[in-house]
Amino acid sequence: MTEFLFFLLSAAALLSAVFVVVSRKPVASVMFLIVTLFSLAGLFVLLEAHFLAAVQVIVYAGAIMVLFLFVVMLLNLGHVELPDFRSAMARLLAGAFGIALAAFTAWTLLNGSDPLTAYGASAADPIQSVLKARGAIGALAVPLFRTYLVPFEVTSLLLLVAIIGSVVLARKEAP
Amino acid sequence: MTSTLIRVALLVSAALFAIGVTGVLLRRNAIVVFLCVELMLNAVNLSLVAFSRLLGIDGQIIVFFVMAVAAAEAAVGLAIIIAVFRHYEDVDVDRFDLLKW
Repeated sequence: MTEFLFFLLSAAALLSAVFVVVSRKPVASVMFLIVTLFSLAGLFVLLEAHFLAAVQVIVYAGAIMVLFLFVVMLLNLGHVELPDFRSAMARLLAGAFGIALAAFTAWTLLNGSDPLTAYGASAADPIQSVLKARGAIGALAVPLFRTYLVPFEVTSLLLLVAIIGSVVLARKEAP
Repeated sequence: MTSTLIRVALLVSAALFAIGVTGVLLRRNAIVVFLCVELMLNAVNLSLVAFSRLLGIDGQIIVFFVMAVAAAEAAVGLAIIIAVFRHYEDVDVDRFDLLKW
């Protein structure tokens, strides 16, 4: 059952990702990216990352994609001089590069050693035990506020800089 | 069974990243290029979550930071797109040459 659901969500993510790239209207691209993000949230649940699945839906699909939709609807696109898709030659090169990249990474993954043994993972399930001990949120919160406290605070600084930067950049008069 | 799931997750992550790269190379609309960059960030997140299934919770915390950086990047990038649109009435990446000279 888990595997069937996993394959289904993977197929949905990949298919909608392809439609993000090939659909002509930017609004349709944003909508298909939201489908991809929801499928990825489902995959996160199946990989025992429950809190990240919730954050994916709330922050990514909820907040960031709404920002994208606002910008798409704010900018009156539709009278473009150049076509959105590049020339046939560039399309061919981009497709070939993408297929080559996917084939290379897939070949590396399939021919490499088993991920369970290759990276020195212990036989005991590391996520299940910590989830059982602390719960889905505590499992992330305890290391986040102990081991990773400094990066966490730096992230708040980064968000502050991003807020100020976007306000300055999007002002009416030229900065 | 977990091993199969992780293998499939890594393959899906590789394919998503390749689709994102293809989109960045293919499109001229800056907003769609940004969407494809988000696609690549999410592909990396998926592989980090898959590896954290094997190696412990630290991978999930890195995903947390990647999401924060993605939010900041989206805000600043969209502000730049709005500023460029005011200047050119267009969001074509081939015309983003105002920093060139």
